[in-house]
Amino acid sequence: MQKLSLRLMNPVLVKEFRGRMRTIKTPILLLLYLLAISIVTFGYIYISYSHRNYYNPGETKELFMILTVAQLILVAFVAPGLTAGTISGERERQTLNILLTTHLSPTKIVLSKMASSLSFIALLVVATLPIYAVVFLFGGVSPGQVLGIFGFYLVTMVLFGAIGMFCSAWFKRTGVAVVVAYGLCLFILGATALIAVFVLELLSYQSHLNGQYVQHPNIFYLSALNPVLNLISLFEPDAAALGQNMPTTPGSTGSSLPMAPWLYYLVVYLPFSALLLFFTVRMITPVKRPLLQAIRGRNAAKKAASGHDPAQSPPPEEETHS
Amino acid sequence: MIRTVDLNKKYGKFHAVKDLNLYIEEGTVFGFVGPNGAGKSTTMSVLATLLEPTSGQAYVGGYDVVVHPHKVRQLIGYMPDFFGVYDNLTATEYLDFYAGAYNIPESQRTALIADLLELVNLSMKADSYVDTLSRGMKQRLGLARCLVHDPQVLILDEPASGLDPRARIEMKEILKELKAMGKTIIISSHILPELAEMCDTIGIIEHGQLIAQAPVEQIAAQVAGHRVLRIRLLDRVEEAHSLVQSLDQVMQVQVEKKALLVQFSGDDDAQAALLTQLVENGFPVLSFQQEAGSLEDVFLTVTKGVGS
Repeated sequence: MQKLSLRLMNPVLVKEFRGRMRTIKTPILLLLYLLAISIVTFGYIYISYSHRNYYNPGETKELFMILTVAQLILVAFVAPGLTAGTISGERERQTLNILLTTHLSPTKIVLSKMASSLSFIALLVVATLPIYAVVFLFGGVSPGQVLGIFGFYLVTMVLFGAIGMFCSAWFKRTGVAVVVAYGLCLFILGATALIAVFVLELLSYQSHLNGQYVQHPNIFYLSALNPVLNLISLFEPDAAALGQNMPTTPGSTGSSLPMAPWLYYLVVYLPFSALLLFFTVRMITPVKRPLLQAIRGRNAAKKAASGHDPAQSPPPEEETHS
Repeated sequence: MIRTVDLNKKYGKFHAVKDLNLYIEEGTVFGFVGPNGAGKSTTMSVLATLLEPTSGQAYVGGYDVVVHPHKVRQLIGYMPDFFGVYDNLTATEYLDFYAGAYNIPESQRTALIADLLELVNLSMKADSYVDTLSRGMKQRLGLARCLVHDPQVLILDEPASGLDPRARIEMKEILKELKAMGKTIIISSHILPELAEMCDTIGIIEHGQLIAQAPVEQIAAQVAGHRVLRIRLLDRVEEAHSLVQSLDQVMQVQVEKKALLVQFSGDDDAQAALLTQLVENGFPVLSFQQEAGSLEDVFLTVTKGVGS
């Protein structure tokens, strides 16, 4: 057990946690986050219910969705901001080089920094649970859906976090990294939906010209990439196809969707995030080797290490002299 | 301990290091001197596994820095010319972080950190936040950081730059202590006299090329092409002056009280012959020694034309 905790608590993680929890910025950010989400939720409750003396449980689903989408947008806002400064900040502070001469591998550095940022965002999301509890009181949502939503947040955090990390390693300056990271996140958050709508309109227009009135289920592949639409489709499955595929029975995912939107989201974005992190690691590795050679070199090193004691082996400089 | 073979590093068209061949023996202190931009930091970065050489090899402790960076990292402690510290960490936590980064078990860290802080005279600042320390203290803390994993080789890039005279002296004392501990140290500076006191060997680099490498006492002679001999006499200084001046390899003779300062272009044999001649002529020679030469002059000779 202790070994496990040691493995989890690597020095970078400890340092990041310490540093983060010691600044006044952290509680302020937490406060602002909760404030923002409370204003949206309670503001909506006030507007909807203050003038009437009854409520309809079916309607509160809407309330829940607003809270959920607001949270998603806040996560998208916080995640790149937290991660986009990690590597470039280290570079600007002139500590990255020192870190790279230690036994910490670039992979470990990147993953620890990512984990520390993600756990802070997770803290923000978990801290909103009481607000969820209030909304939950109104009914209309199942616990399973809430759990699904938190899983969805996790994937989204990884995605936006990875984008931030990538930009942070790519650009030397934190300022540029933050701007580009926000740009990319905004693209995923907004532009994917706009493009999907545009493409759908174009397709519909063309089929109208041909006198056909057909649905375009394939637009799903584009629109389901949008986190907001995908999240809404957890409640309203037809959202993922831009309202085209009205399911025959309420609650079912509708047979015309190629797969569950959340599954598609997972399949696309998790490998994408992993790829971004891979390139992040490669960008900060000081002495790069071609991929194949790196693997071969590692195997050779392992063989050499297991074969004989390196201290007793003849120093390679002798070879170069002969 | 450290060897580079035809090391080259190019940044685009700029040739930062050209065919550098260095050899540094174990347990010696090597001073790396050169004007700004001569390639000192580049060479050190290559040795610290942070830069890939364009061509050539570099070895630390027998390991190629490109092929076995992990092994090399275990051997070296690297201190860059400029480095930052983390805010929000105390000196102890700062060292603890790096001890963790070098996989040092937690149980050993407390004693280790106390020892290191003691070594660099920062025990009283153990619980101060790192960003509140003065530059000299940060520099010393950085040195302690290099020593966390007890490396055999220390690569120190301008450790005394930007320090006030007192901090410089403190830094020098610590380095002497490390030398006594048997560490191999490469230390760079653009101030030669500063290095002369603690180095065994000095290498002068300019435009990415090593133009001289010799023990401290010989570097001046090697660079200037002549050595300065100080001959102290009991008597008959004027006579000796005229005799010495008439010799072949003597370039110039100055009289300083009862001593002659001879600029001599001959080799060791010729130098011995000079002494024999003086003694055979019956001059009462009190002492006969080679001056280390003014390193300041050496540096100016060497770096002539740079920056113009």
